[in-house]
Amino acid sequence: MNNATNESPPKYELGAHPDLPPPFATSGPIKWIRENLLSSPTNIVLTVLAVFFLYKIIPGLASWVFLDATFDAASRNECRELGSGACWGFIKHRWELFTYGFYPVDQRWRVILAFLLFVFVVVVLLWENCPFRKTLRWFAIGFPFVAFWLIVGGLGLESVPTDKFGGFMLTLIIGITGIALSLPLGILLALGRQSNLPIIKYACIGFIEFIRGVPLITLLFVASTMLSYFLPPRVEFDLLLRVLIMVTLFASAYMAEVIRGGLQAVPKGQTEAADAMGLKYWQSMRLIVLPQALKISIPGIVNTFIGLYKDSTLVIVIGMFDPLGIAQATLADTSWQGPSTEVYLFVAVFFFISCFLMAKYSLYLENKLHTGHKR
Amino acid sequence: MKNTLKNAAAVVALSATAFGAQAGTLEDVKARGELNCVVTTGVAGFGAPDDSGKWAGFDVDFCRAVAAAVLGDGEKVNFVPTTGKTRFTVLNSGEGDILFRNTTETMSRDADLKMTFLPVNYYDGQGFMIPSALGVTSAKDLDGASICIQTGTTTELNLADYFRTNGISYEPVPVETNAEAQTNYLGGRCDVFTTDASGLASTRASFEKPGEHIILPEIISKEPLGGAVRHGDDQWADIGKWVVNAIIAAEELGVTQDNIEEMGKAAGDNPSVNRLLGTEGDFGSMIGLDAKWAYRAIAAGGNYGEIFDRNIGPDTAIGLERGLNAQWKDGGILYAAPIR
Repeated sequence: MNNATNESPPKYELGAHPDLPPPFATSGPIKWIRENLLSSPTNIVLTVLAVFFLYKIIPGLASWVFLDATFDAASRNECRELGSGACWGFIKHRWELFTYGFYPVDQRWRVILAFLLFVFVVVVLLWENCPFRKTLRWFAIGFPFVAFWLIVGGLGLESVPTDKFGGFMLTLIIGITGIALSLPLGILLALGRQSNLPIIKYACIGFIEFIRGVPLITLLFVASTMLSYFLPPRVEFDLLLRVLIMVTLFASAYMAEVIRGGLQAVPKGQTEAADAMGLKYWQSMRLIVLPQALKISIPGIVNTFIGLYKDSTLVIVIGMFDPLGIAQATLADTSWQGPSTEVYLFVAVFFFISCFLMAKYSLYLENKLHTGHKR
Repeated sequence: MKNTLKNAAAVVALSATAFGAQAGTLEDVKARGELNCVVTTGVAGFGAPDDSGKWAGFDVDFCRAVAAAVLGDGEKVNFVPTTGKTRFTVLNSGEGDILFRNTTETMSRDADLKMTFLPVNYYDGQGFMIPSALGVTSAKDLDGASICIQTGTTTELNLADYFRTNGISYEPVPVETNAEAQTNYLGGRCDVFTTDASGLASTRASFEKPGEHIILPEIISKEPLGGAVRHGDDQWADIGKWVVNAIIAAEELGVTQDNIEEMGKAAGDNPSVNRLLGTEGDFGSMIGLDAKWAYRAIAAGGNYGEIFDRNIGPDTAIGLERGLNAQWKDGGILYAAPIR
């Protein structure tokens, strides 16, 4: 404007006056800070305390984790000579053990290939806008068989005994199998528990209550050692298979109860309406009841998934080396033994990332399926 | 219904007897081509996977020796890792053929849990570690001390016995694992850390300043550690027993990994060596093996001294002295029964 120095304010036509910017303190970061951090005396005190806490923690933590840390040492003693912070050298020297366990070195490409296929399948199944999704979904059905063949071997590939599995690979195998199988089993159990047929109903109730009444560690222990007392001599029954069965059964009992909660939240009118339409039992379940029930149960289902995933660390008690088992073995290695937080932190980060992804996806799914049932 | 239950019980009982009476572990192992050896999930120096995932350690070497004697190759071992709680069940259920898992031989384990113990391969005992700044030089001065102790172990019972015998008091700080005990001890939450002396030495070696901690001279318990097999197969027990004896005897007789090829070629002047290496007599056939069984066992990992030095000896991070575990001629109590 050429007359900016002019005293008189600029003239506007009626109704054409531009909006003034909001007052300084009611927008942008200042507003955010005032509303979120300093909105009341209690919040001011809490904010000050939190800032003070962070100020005390962060410099020390940062220098321990990164600045003073050693990443390259070959043993704990070497770490001590090189730096005063965390000792991350074990990652460089043992990451293969942490990833594959005792899987033969020259066969590890099979695990990597299976993992890449898994990522591909997950993308196809979980991302609705994926190109060619309809065609590719058929591939997902074949994936478990391909993955089994790749990892275990046979049919032209060198077979690898399952007790050589370990590390992150083992956690993923137990987690993925358990998750994939416990959901359908749980649905069947939940439906069975509501069945009008007494045999099915009481069988399901008995199963669910029995499994829920026993700790997972007991089931694993039974699977690993007690079972061979009952099997005839020289009948070998793969340990990992036994663990997978137990973990799946355990999770499916919990899953059944989660889904039963969802089923009960679906109004009876829905089933009656389906009956009135002439739908058969499975049709009404598939088209009317389950979609609603499962949608409501998503948080509970994902909760069970995450629980199952983390419970897989219990396999250490039956002598399988999941990442936590490898961590303990690392601390028993003469190069790395000693009081150590780093090893456990490393494993914790792995579990946090995978569990966080699952939680995030469940939130996304909830929002996508949000049809006004949420409060 | 009742009948069905009875029948089921009978079937279980039958299969259990069938299993109990089953002998021939040697045949099973040979048929399988692999020895299932029950080991620890990780005890420093005694057994743990190294950076490349290969098992190494004092107990692990005994597994390899047995595999070499039976199968001719020390690498044909399938390690079955177990915790302290599961080790005997795994062995008894047949998942493992032999156990080397720094296990104390006790009467109840032998008779009640039905283990047959092999000769002791490591004599241990419970000791105390304390910061040298406290100026304590004897366990008898520990009146009123707080002590970090792993729950559910024999060390817990030994500790109670010792303090009661000496009429002094202590304050237990119960911990679950060895790692937790170290953290508590270094954090000052207990004055004293107690466990087996070998564990104390290796723990101290892993500290940042080992010189600031002393291990008190008192050893308050006997912990003879050895391998074990399950009851009911004496031939298999004999194999385990004589492999351990052969490894101990090899050190006494001066047979090492380096000179065994030379010594095993032909019968020499020393009849004991000849019998050990199979150049004289046929002792292998008595335990169902060939004459070269001990030769292969020793060639796999060396004699007792070599196994000790490589895994837990003074030059390793564990840094244990031979002490009681020296040969009887050198002031220790290792005393292998003669092969003759």
